[in-house]
Amino acid sequence: MQTTSKTMLDTFISKAELVSARVSRVKTLEEAFAYTVALCDGKEMCPLLVSGCELNLSEPSMQLCREKIGKIIAAPGLDQEQSTALRTLCADKGMELIHSGLRRHLGGLDIGFTVCDLGIAETGTLVLNSSSEEVRLATMVSETHVAVLPVSKMRGTSYEAEPELLAFMGNTPSYLAFITGASRTADIERVLALGVHGPLELHILLWEDN
Amino acid sequence: MQDADTLKEYRKQCQEALDDDFLRQAMDAFAKAYRTNRVKAFAGMNEKELIAEIAAAKDVAISRLPELYEEFRFKAEQAGVHVHLARTAAEANEIICRIAKDHGCRKIVKSKSMTAEETLLNHRLEADGLEVTETDLGEWIIQLRHEGPSHMVMPAIHLSRYQVADLFTDVTRKKQDSDIEKLVKVARRELRAKYIEADMGISGANFAVVETGAIGIVTNEGNARLVTTLPRVHVALCGVDKLTPTLHDALRIIKALPRNATGQAITSYVTWITGANACATGPEGKKEYHIVFLDNGRMALAQDPDFRQILRCVRCGACANVCPVYRLVGGHRMGHIYIGAIGLLLTYFFHGRDKAKNLVQNCINCGACKEVCAAGIDLPRLIKQVHARIQNEEGHPLPSVLLGKVMSNRKLFHTLLKTAKWGQKPVKEGTTGYLRHLPMIFVREQNFRALPVVADKAFRDEWPAIRPRVDKPRFRVALFSGCVQDFVYPEQMKAGVKVMEGHGVAMDYPMGQSCCGLPLVMMGESKAARDVAEQNVKAMDAAQCDYIITLCASCASHLKHAYPKMLEDDPRLAEAAKVFSAKVIDFSSFVSDVLGLDKNDFSQHGGQGKIAYHSPCHLCRGLGVTEAPRQLLRQAGLDYVVSAEEDVCCGFGGTFSMKFPEESRELLNKKLDNVAASGAGELVTDCPGCVMQLRGGAEVRQDGLRVRHIAEALAERKK
Repeated sequence: MQTTSKTMLDTFISKAELVSARVSRVKTLEEAFAYTVALCDGKEMCPLLVSGCELNLSEPSMQLCREKIGKIIAAPGLDQEQSTALRTLCADKGMELIHSGLRRHLGGLDIGFTVCDLGIAETGTLVLNSSSEEVRLATMVSETHVAVLPVSKMRGTSYEAEPELLAFMGNTPSYLAFITGASRTADIERVLALGVHGPLELHILLWEDN
Repeated sequence: MQDADTLKEYRKQCQEALDDDFLRQAMDAFAKAYRTNRVKAFAGMNEKELIAEIAAAKDVAISRLPELYEEFRFKAEQAGVHVHLARTAAEANEIICRIAKDHGCRKIVKSKSMTAEETLLNHRLEADGLEVTETDLGEWIIQLRHEGPSHMVMPAIHLSRYQVADLFTDVTRKKQDSDIEKLVKVARRELRAKYIEADMGISGANFAVVETGAIGIVTNEGNARLVTTLPRVHVALCGVDKLTPTLHDALRIIKALPRNATGQAITSYVTWITGANACATGPEGKKEYHIVFLDNGRMALAQDPDFRQILRCVRCGACANVCPVYRLVGGHRMGHIYIGAIGLLLTYFFHGRDKAKNLVQNCINCGACKEVCAAGIDLPRLIKQVHARIQNEEGHPLPSVLLGKVMSNRKLFHTLLKTAKWGQKPVKEGTTGYLRHLPMIFVREQNFRALPVVADKAFRDEWPAIRPRVDKPRFRVALFSGCVQDFVYPEQMKAGVKVMEGHGVAMDYPMGQSCCGLPLVMMGESKAARDVAEQNVKAMDAAQCDYIITLCASCASHLKHAYPKMLEDDPRLAEAAKVFSAKVIDFSSFVSDVLGLDKNDFSQHGGQGKIAYHSPCHLCRGLGVTEAPRQLLRQAGLDYVVSAEEDVCCGFGGTFSMKFPEESRELLNKKLDNVAASGAGELVTDCPGCVMQLRGGAEVRQDGLRVRHIAEALAERKK
C-alpha cells in the first residue's frame, strides 16, 4: 500500500511539474499557511510575477489596476479556526485575509488559497469543488494559486476518481473544476505563455494528512 | 472563411496563401512540432484502443440523440437550467438574442465556441446592438481583425506577433511591444475589464453529460470559468452531438482530446457545471442559466448509416494538424468555418453544397487525417463520397463523365492508351521517356514536373513471353499491375517479376483486369468506380490464388479497403470482394514477409551510394506497411539513409495534381528538398504514381536524382 501510494505521488508530482506547477510537501495545514504567507511576503521584495499592470494599458484597464492597495490573500472555504490561524499570520506581515466579497477585488489578488477535494495522479490534476462563487473567483483572479491537496485524496486516474466526481456533480447545483497547472495560452505564434486569464503560478502543497 | 464561387477563384485564393511567407513558415514549424508532441503525449498508452473505444461510445450516443436530449433536459431542468433546442443556426441565434433581451443584457463576454462560429452568433448579437467580446486570446484577436478562425484550437495561428502588437496598439491606443509574454498580459488586463462589465456570458460545451445534467468545458486559458462565473446570465451553446450518456464517456474523450489537439496530457482547466450555481449578482443569488442545443442538420445526419460517423468528431483539430494541404494553404483556405478534413465534411452538412463544392476537391487523399482522428472517422473516404454526392446533385463536369465512361469500359480505355503511344510521337523527347512539351490539354501549370510517355509495349503484351515457369509452386499469385505500370512503367512490373522469380511463386496476370478505380473515386465518379471494382474482382478470381500482388501502393490500398465497402450491398459480390480483399498484398510485404528474401538473395557489394526512401501514403497509412520496404533495402546491401518526413505525401494524389498543380508542386519540392538534404543520389518508393511525380520533378529541377520503384533497385541486386 505504502509503495503504491508513493508511486502515485511521484507520478502526480512529475506530471504537475511538467506543466510548471511548483509542488512542495507539508505536514500540517499550519505549515501550508506559513508557506502561503511567506510566499506572499516575498512577492513585493522580489516581484517575480507581473500581471500586466506595468504595461501600456488602455485607460479603463489601467484604472482597474489602481484599485488594488496592499497585499491580499483570499481563502474562502476555511473554517473559523483555520481562518483565525491564517489571519494571525497575515496580520503579522500587514496582509489582509479575505474569505468573501471577492467581487470587490476583480482587479486582482495576490494569492488564492484553497484546500482541494481530489487529486488525479496520471495528469497531475487537482479537483476542486467550486460551487461557491468565492472559491471560483479566488482561484481565477489571484496571481498565484496555492492549492493544498491532502495526500489521502490522491487517486490514480480519472476513472478511479469517477464515483467521487459523480457524487460532487450529483449534489446540485455544482461547479467542479479540474485544474492542471497555471492558466496558459499558445495563441500567439504557438509560444507558451502562462497566466492569460487566471493564476500566473500554481503552487501545490501535498499535505501528508495520513 | 472559404466561400469562393468557382474552382478557379478558389485556386487563386490558395495561391495567395502559398505566397504568404509567414503563413508557410508558421504552418511548417507547427506541422513538424505537432508530430513530435503528439507521439510524446501518447507514449505508453494504447492509442488505437482508446480511439476505438471513443468511436464505439460515440456511435451508441449518436444512435440515441433524441432520447438523450430529453433525458438531459429533464435532469438539467430539475437543477434549475432552462434548456432549449434550436433546429437551425438562425433559430439558435434568435433564442440567445431573446434571452439577452428578456434579461436586459447589454454586454456579453464569450468563451470559445466553434458552434457559435457555425451559427455566426456574433453577427446576430451585434445586429441587435449588443456588445460582444471574445475572451479566448486567439478568438479575441481574430474578432478584432474581423476574421474567422484559421484553426479550431488555435484560431489565430496565421498571425505573427507583430500583427498582434499592431492590433493591440489600436485597441489600447498605446504603443505595444511585440514581446509575446507582454502581449498576453495586455490581453489579460484588457479582457479583465470586459468580464467585470458583462451581464451575460456565452460559452460552448465539449460535453453534455446525460446522467448528471452537467456540461463539461475544456480550456487552457481559464476564460470559460470567468465567463460562466462573473455575468449574471450564462448561455451555453452546444451541438446535440455533444450529448453523451455518462461521465465516463467524457473522461474517456478527455484522455484523447488534449493529447491529439496540442500534445497535452490534459488542458489546464476542465470545468463541470451542473445546474444554476451561486451568482452574487443573479436573481436570488443564482445564475440565470440556459443551455441551447443546436441541431442544424445533426439529427438528420445521425440517421445516415454511413455519414453519421462524422458526428463522432470531438473537435480536436488533429486532422488539420497533419494535413499536408492545410500546411500549405492554412485554415482560411481549408475550411468555411470548421477547418481541416472534418471541416470539408461539416461544411457540406452545416453550410451547404455551395460552400463545400470547391473545398471537398482540395483533399489529396493521403490518409494522414484518418491516422490521427481521435474518433476513428474515415475522413478521406467520406470526403470523396461528399464530392460524389455534390456531383450527383449538381451534375457531373464533362471531363469527369468522360473519364468515368472510358474507364469503366476496359477495352476502350486500353485501346485509347495504346493509341496514345502514336499520338505522343510529335511531343516525345528522343529516348528520355518524357514528353518534350506538354500536349495542349495540359496547361502550363503542369510544367513543374516532366510527364512520362506511354511505353512502346504494355506489360500485358509482354507477359506471355516473360512469364516464368514454375514446377512445384509454393505460392500461386495473381499480379495486379494498375494502369500506370501496365502502360507507362512496365519495367517496374518486370523488375518485380524478376525479384520473385526462383522462389517458387507461380504468377498469373489475369488479362481482364483494368484500372483499380481510384482515379474515378478522386473525380467523384462513384458509379464508374464501382463498375471497375466489379470487373476486377471477377477478373482476378481470388479463389484461384493465395495472394493478389500489386506494386502500386494506391491500387493495393484501394483494392483492399475500398472494394469490400463498395460492393457490400451487392449480394452477388459482397463475399467475393471480401475474399479478394483479404488476399491483396503489396509487393514489398510479399517479398520481405512472405518470401522472406534476405541478404543471401542479394549481392552485398558495389552499392551505388546513399539511397533514400519515400513512404507512399497508401502504403504506410493505407496498408500500415512501414518496415518491409526499408528492411528490403538493407537486405539488398543498399545504403539506405533516412530523410526528413518520409511519410508525408509527395503531392501526386492522382488527379489532385492535375486539379491543384500549385499545391502539388509545393509538396513535390518539399519532398525533393528533404531528399537532397539527406545526401542521397537515388530515391526509391513503392508506388508508380509517386515515381511519376518524383522522377518528373527531379527531371525538371535537374537534381541529378535517380528515382525508381523499389522493385527495380532490388532486381538489379538480385543474385
